[in-house]
Amino acid sequence: MSLLYDDEVLERLERLELPFNRLGVDPYGVTKRHLALAFSLTKGLYRNYFGVSVQGAGNVPARGRAMLIGNHSGGVAIDGLMVILSMFWELDPPRLAQGMVEKFLNRVAFASLFSNRTGQFTGLPEHCVRLLEDERLLMVFPEGARGTAKLYRERHSLVNFGTGFLRLALKARAPIVPFAFLGGGEAFPTVWNSQTLGRLVGAPYVPITAYLAPIPLPVSMEVYYGEPLRFPGDGDEDDPVIQAWVDQVKDRIRDMIAEGCRRRGVTPALGDGGGR
Amino acid sequence: MKVLIPGISGVIGRIVARDLLEHGHEVIGIDRRPWEAAPKSVEMHDTDIRKRAAEEVFRRVRPDAVVHLATVTHLVAATEERYRINLGGTRAVFEHARTYGVKQCLFVGRHTYYGAGPDTPLYHSEEDPPMAVTTFPELADLVAADLYATTALWRAPQLTTCVLRMTYTLGPTGHGTLSTFLRGRRVPGVLGFDPLFQYMHEEDAASAIVLALEEGLRGVFNVAGPSPVPLSLLVEAAGRRFVPLPEALLLRLFGRFGLPRLPPGALSHIKYPVVIDDKLFRQATGFAPRVDETQCITEFLEAFPPRA
Repeated sequence: MSLLYDDEVLERLERLELPFNRLGVDPYGVTKRHLALAFSLTKGLYRNYFGVSVQGAGNVPARGRAMLIGNHSGGVAIDGLMVILSMFWELDPPRLAQGMVEKFLNRVAFASLFSNRTGQFTGLPEHCVRLLEDERLLMVFPEGARGTAKLYRERHSLVNFGTGFLRLALKARAPIVPFAFLGGGEAFPTVWNSQTLGRLVGAPYVPITAYLAPIPLPVSMEVYYGEPLRFPGDGDEDDPVIQAWVDQVKDRIRDMIAEGCRRRGVTPALGDGGGR
Repeated sequence: MKVLIPGISGVIGRIVARDLLEHGHEVIGIDRRPWEAAPKSVEMHDTDIRKRAAEEVFRRVRPDAVVHLATVTHLVAATEERYRINLGGTRAVFEHARTYGVKQCLFVGRHTYYGAGPDTPLYHSEEDPPMAVTTFPELADLVAADLYATTALWRAPQLTTCVLRMTYTLGPTGHGTLSTFLRGRRVPGVLGFDPLFQYMHEEDAASAIVLALEEGLRGVFNVAGPSPVPLSLLVEAAGRRFVPLPEALLLRLFGRFGLPRLPPGALSHIKYPVVIDDKLFRQATGFAPRVDETQCITEFLEAFPPRA
């Protein structure tokens, strides 16, 4: 097992500021062993296969509570994985981004085990509040499964944002770091989402690519982190107020996607699109 | 103060009694099980808490406080008997406490009250609902006893009622649900799942009970020890072999090949974690466990080495 561990990963893990106990377990069951394995196995994917380029990582607070809010770019949640990797590889000291995962994953053998041991928990408000109060770095995709279900042609669009994330951020007084992710849709060009196949494996849907195989293509990916956003509220505001702030976050992300598209030389699909 | 302990002969009961004596309290015990080495100063009564003889103890002794430890789990008793002991017994304790002017009543419950499932949050606060009734039906009587005890908070306001929901214990006595589960050479798990387990040393569990009593705590509190540990790590540290098996196979194998006998409902509790947040209890009492997660396992391993 230890042969799989990458030295650079082990060195960075030592600088990760999590309260591991003598057994190498943190209070949430995140283990050094699983993190070492996860980061070692994905290093090549991050560095070479996708060659993820990251901009504005300095906008993420070095310590303390914060919420990363961004777009899904289609296919599967490979964008989530790359955001976690970017926080581990680009920040000094590295940070563990903890995602709020779709409910179905915790029912699936091994997926449940691995996500829990690496700090990726079911997206429950209780988890969100607790992790923020514990000064953790949270990663939320407010589009949820609607976002990963974007088809290839919808990859640069944004679908509906929920408002829950913003209320929780306000209650915990956590800054929101908006980010834009590009390339997930190209890597995983979905032409159709099969809900029938999804039911068989216990997932909301299974994406079908143009070439059928569920293997991502080696395309370059980009993450842009914007400056932290703070809103003058405590989470007890009326829906219209919250909605206006959510729209501000969404607009910021849309601008960053558009900027990224220009750099990539593609036309961004603005406006609300997407769906199944 | 004068403390009556139904269920005194259990492992926790004995330690609580010893600690109370050391703190200068008077201890009276009720239990059908014998406690041969009981200290002479402990007044023992061999009776069932639901019988008239037990009421007679309340009438004659007039205790200041009661620590109710006389509940059992599915590992010990069959369903009907369990309902009688857990519900009937708890009811008797609270009724006698009210009738005979007891000032303080402490119910010792279990953290499994919250249940384990894929959608339940990792750290349960006291306000979380008792999902155990759906995830692990064999715990329904304990959930009911727990809820019955909490009703005393409004039914009997003159009585200082405290419900403690405590994690598993793990230590040299090898007593309790978790220790029983870890006894064999091989410990089963569900393939692809590895839940967090939360436990505390028996001595710490007893200290928490005594502390709650002496502080005159009122309300419902989660009581935990060190931070939780994944089952696989716990099993390996205890010198056992962790054997993850596919769910369907595991259900058929319970009770055979040296695997513990467990009801089907127990499966959810080795698939998903029950982890509680004990912040309120620590704030209210200043409690801090003295034995950490590794030391608990070491002491258990020394007392119960795996059979060769």
